[in-house]
Amino acid sequence: MVETALVVMMLVGAIVASAFRDLLNAVVAAAFVSLIAAILFYFLQAPDVAMAEASIGAALTTAIFVVAIRRTRRQEE
Amino acid sequence: MRKFLALISLAFIAWGVALSLSKAPFGEDKIVVGKHYLEKGTEETGAANIVTSVVVIYRGFDTLGEVTVLFIAALGLGAVLYTRRRSSERIEPSSLVLRTGCRFLFPLILLFGAYIFIHGHLTPGGGFQGGAIVASGFLLIYLGCPERRTQELRLGATESLGGLAFVVLGLVGLAVGGYFLTNFLPKGTFNSLISAGVIPLIYVAIGFKVGSELAGIMGNLMERTK
Repeated sequence: MVETALVVMMLVGAIVASAFRDLLNAVVAAAFVSLIAAILFYFLQAPDVAMAEASIGAALTTAIFVVAIRRTRRQEE
Repeated sequence: MRKFLALISLAFIAWGVALSLSKAPFGEDKIVVGKHYLEKGTEETGAANIVTSVVVIYRGFDTLGEVTVLFIAALGLGAVLYTRRRSSERIEPSSLVLRTGCRFLFPLILLFGAYIFIHGHLTPGGGFQGGAIVASGFLLIYLGCPERRTQELRLGATESLGGLAFVVLGLVGLAVGGYFLTNFLPKGTFNSLISAGVIPLIYVAIGFKVGSELAGIMGNLMERTK
């Protein structure tokens, strides 16, 4: 039950991330997808992968994207 | 017309994926290799965490390849983003609360990352995860205390020493046991910190290497944004 809710939230996050015109919002939505993926990995008894996903996918990748957006334009054309 | 072509190629790819996955046994009994790892992994390597025994011992050569890929990625980014002039304009210092908070949290995050990669053979996590946590500590410093700099030379030296330690441990295994990355040290007491032979040593090397690499990537990016 919890897993179903998480998968639905993850799908919504992924669709929203691709639909946003504001790239900063899209990056935050992508980080949200990564976070939910990490929780799902934990439920699937893969704590090692969950840790890697949470620290790299949700934290470091988001930071790199935010820095890249700061260097370029924030709005998608 | 282009959308039509895209739809056709998408349907073609979906058909191929479905065809290749229809034969894959999902949720059935484990195959021979997986069974061997699950049944014999603990007694053969002495590591309580089976994932670690697969990553470092059974598939150690793949791990060396992964570390090399990460190294090349960091090297490429450094080559693209390298700037000779540093901090030409004065950096505005951050507020007292932010600075104190960052200084307080930074050693704790480093300690947590080190805990993860030192205990890689006992608890979930390992060199890559611990290294990423260490790098997120450096990210906090870059964001919160912009006037503090990491010294790139030291980061590079740490990274090189980590990679060198990994390869040297593998070569010692080759000399002692006959093949690359042999577990040549005694296995020790099961489920204690000093156990599982070379696994903790390799994971400490990987942790230092990954941490300094990711911190270097962060540093390069942040330097350019100033």
